[in-house]
Amino acid sequence: MEILQFDFMRNALLVGLLVSVACGMIGTYVVVKRIVFISGGISHTAYGGIGLGYYLGFNPMLGATLFTIISALGMGLVQQRSSQRQDTVIGVMWAVGMALGIVFVKLSPGYTADLMSYLFGSILTVPERDILFILLLDLLIIATVYRYFEEFKAVAFDEEFARVSGLKVEFYNILLLLLVALTVVVMIRAVGIILVIALLTIPPAIAGEYSRGLKGMMGLSVVLGIIFTTAGLYLSYLFDLPSGATIILVAAAGYILALLMKK
Amino acid sequence: MDKTVIKIENLFVELDGVSVLENVNLTVNEYDFLGIIGPNGGGKTTLLRVLLDLVKPVRGKIRIMGESLEKNRHLLGYVPQYAVFDRNFPISVEEVVMSARLARKQGRRFSHEDYKIAAAALERVEILPLRSRQMGELSGGERQRVLVARALAAQPRILLLDEPTASVDSRFAAGFYELLQELNREMTLILVSHDISAVSTYVKTLACLNRTLFYENSRELSQEMIENTYHCPVDLIAHGIPHRVLSPHNGVVGS
Repeated sequence: MEILQFDFMRNALLVGLLVSVACGMIGTYVVVKRIVFISGGISHTAYGGIGLGYYLGFNPMLGATLFTIISALGMGLVQQRSSQRQDTVIGVMWAVGMALGIVFVKLSPGYTADLMSYLFGSILTVPERDILFILLLDLLIIATVYRYFEEFKAVAFDEEFARVSGLKVEFYNILLLLLVALTVVVMIRAVGIILVIALLTIPPAIAGEYSRGLKGMMGLSVVLGIIFTTAGLYLSYLFDLPSGATIILVAAAGYILALLMKK
Repeated sequence: MDKTVIKIENLFVELDGVSVLENVNLTVNEYDFLGIIGPNGGGKTTLLRVLLDLVKPVRGKIRIMGESLEKNRHLLGYVPQYAVFDRNFPISVEEVVMSARLARKQGRRFSHEDYKIAAAALERVEILPLRSRQMGELSGGERQRVLVARALAAQPRILLLDEPTASVDSRFAAGFYELLQELNREMTLILVSHDISAVSTYVKTLACLNRTLFYENSRELSQEMIENTYHCPVDLIAHGIPHRVLSPHNGVVGS
């Protein structure tokens, strides 16, 4: 494997691993709880934070974290009001986040060439400080899921009964959305804002077909994520293709294959 | 002397500004088996949800074992209407039952005690051998028993059941009601249903709910009482149901 001689390739594989762990665990909840749309909203509002980072001159990853956390809290509040216009409000927040980003970027002084890497990912060029940041978020996600595994499961399976049992359902719902926010930040560097939702949902969607429990579903999702990111990375290197998009296409091919095999 | 376990006085409930329950008064004694019948949309489910603190009443007083709802809600067990769960949700029977122990869980993991209580609850409803099966693999009747076991695992004094036999065949329903009668030796049961014929065979007391509680009687069930119950305005029940058990009637009793 000559490509492993390159530092950037080793870093990319490490990022792929970190991404797969976060999105395998949190994606499993996103899929079984059917909050894919909310998660899509959270990921797209990250663009507002990235734009703010450019505009004010701080690390766009921090801006993305700030915006996804704010939008997770906002969507959590919308989610709890069981009004019929939930999806409209979420759609509006989604678009407003992106619009803010576009305005901030336009106002930003100087050159914004690597903006595309936030939109579509660039797993080969993730700076070391961002890898460290991603690792930190990963540990936070793992620790939270480890601690509240049973609670998250109960709320995801039957929210009303969890409430009757005396569980603080609102707390766990918001906490989960915050974890989705952090997972989105972890994934942005690898596949980009636009493609986050695919990698967040495809591995758990496949794993769900073959799992008897949530733990198994998470484990299998993580493994599938590693396979997809590594294979995508290799193919993008081989054929000189954009890495983020290639990873997503590999994942999508895996999904179609899994659906056909299930038939 | 019978001990009162639930006392509801002058209960008014609105959902989205629409009045659903009006001036409901109800007293339930310990070890009673109360069947609440009434038309769909008559407020049966809402009444249970108020008791479970899922819906806040506009006004009225509720006492559970002499204390407020906040304090004694944990004495109520709940078996919901039908399994609206995602059949693909990867969860085992035991995991579902264990979820009733969550509020009492200390730290991250369940205790051995919790597992014992869950196993006892499964044994009670005669499905312990199914404990490692997936929820999605069960029949409607088996799933209903899991929901009862889950409610029992919370160790309630009063069990609330919402249309528990709505999605199962009648052969299963008979066995299920016999199970409820057994449980009734240890706890108070409140069962909500629109199936008068099934309910009236097994419960000790009948009440009829259509916005307000039309009839309530704490004596043993008698032919006369069933007659009376049929006279309360429940004729909506007969609509859209294949086996029409009621003859059309006019007039309102109890208003």
